[in-house]
Amino acid sequence: MSEAIGVQPVNPVEPFLRTERMPHIWCPGCGIGTTVNCFARALVSSKLPLDKVAVVSGIGCTGRVAGYVRLDSFHTTHGRAIPFATGLKLANPELTVVVYSGDGDLIAIGGNHFIHAARRNADIKVICVNNFIYGMTGGQVAPTTPTAALATTTPYGAFERPFNLPFLAESSGAVYVARWTAYHVRHIAHSMSEAFKKKGLCFIEIIAPCPTLYQRRNHFGDGLEAMRYYKQKSVVRNGANTRDVQIDLQGEIVVGKFVDIERPTLKQAMDLQLRQKLDLPPSNGGGSHELD
Amino acid sequence: MPETLTPIISSRKVRGRVYVDRNRCKGCGFCIEFCPPKVLSFSASFNEHGYHSPELVRPEGCTGCDLCGLYCPDFAIFAVREPRPVPSAERGASET
Ligand SMILES: Cc1ncc(C[n+]2csc(CCOP(=O)(O)OP(=O)(O)O)c2C)c(N)n1
Ligand code: SF4
Ligand code: SF4
Ligand code: SF4
Repeated sequence: MSEAIGVQPVNPVEPFLRTERMPHIWCPGCGIGTTVNCFARALVSSKLPLDKVAVVSGIGCTGRVAGYVRLDSFHTTHGRAIPFATGLKLANPELTVVVYSGDGDLIAIGGNHFIHAARRNADIKVICVNNFIYGMTGGQVAPTTPTAALATTTPYGAFERPFNLPFLAESSGAVYVARWTAYHVRHIAHSMSEAFKKKGLCFIEIIAPCPTLYQRRNHFGDGLEAMRYYKQKSVVRNGANTRDVQIDLQGEIVVGKFVDIERPTLKQAMDLQLRQKLDLPPSNGGGSHELD
Repeated sequence: MPETLTPIISSRKVRGRVYVDRNRCKGCGFCIEFCPPKVLSFSASFNEHGYHSPELVRPEGCTGCDLCGLYCPDFAIFAVREPRPVPSAERGASET
């Protein structure tokens, strides 16, 4: 093979990575890195000033994203990404605040924060990488593990009913809800850029392979096998009723953008009330609801 | 500096150029499986961590769509698109 001519282009994800920390810890065929490519493409296309973007993660394999992106980021304690992000956004409203974490972190230990942030419509963008298991700690059952799936803590199969995350997000009050799998790379990037533009709590669930723990324990093959399953068994149904998008073990995965509505954010509601009660003049122009 | 694989001139209006950082690859096969024109394949050799990284086996078929770059969980591959240099005779013909 001949040499490339002229200046070498760089991988589009490279400027967003702390390359000195590469290679990352993620296993071969783990889907988390794939979602980071989509995130980088979405940041490029949305033209956000990068010094105004912050990434907040909790603990877990997915939580590592905060440590790998070359952006202002914070790796919180387990489950606490959302309250940290909510405070960050309220204190510094010009930031685009992205919460990037796993299903266990966001929905198990962090579940209460999640429903209340959605209820209050905090202006944060929540990206949840759902690999159906606690990856980092060795494959314990999660509130997202499909019924009958094997985990280290469910040797006879999970017997509980898992959360249907888009339904949980919508019924709690999120204004934007989408689900994709790691196979749907362009859709993920598109949804992320839509979420960056939108005010309020946006939730994007990304079903992604954990070959080391979920796939292997269940004899579902490697990461590539998981990606083939997503390709074969997912159906795009934009606008689907989120009640109907529950995932069963190796069953159909309904993907798409399910919710995209408008509702005042936490800060808008608070500012509006203060203006009314304190008899302040309405905010001047620019659609800004800030109390200056 | 990533090792590069340079495609030969393709017959398409655009052609792709694929860059592989071999030693970052963990051999998951995502790029190979989901490349639409199936122009990638595992190399026979191992990289320094013992994985088979991809190589471009049909360079003329690569469109530079960068799906390989979007899929790669290890940031080891990406592609760019470049216009095919139009031979001067052909350029004259298309203007008439
Ligand atoms: C307070 C506290 N409890 C428990 C843990 C152990 N712990 C670390 S990561 C994790 C779960 C991670 O699962 P998930 O969020 O799904 O992320 P993944 O690793 O699968 O990406 C747990 C229980 C912890 N770090 N802190
Ligand atoms: S344990 Fe699972 S989630 Fe964690 S890096 Fe490995 S494959 Fe990914
Ligand atoms: S750029 Fe597209 S066509 Fe070329 S190798 Fe990558 S996926 Fe295949
Ligand atoms: S997607 Fe990346 S890690 Fe996987 S085989 Fe291709 S280059 Fe290697």
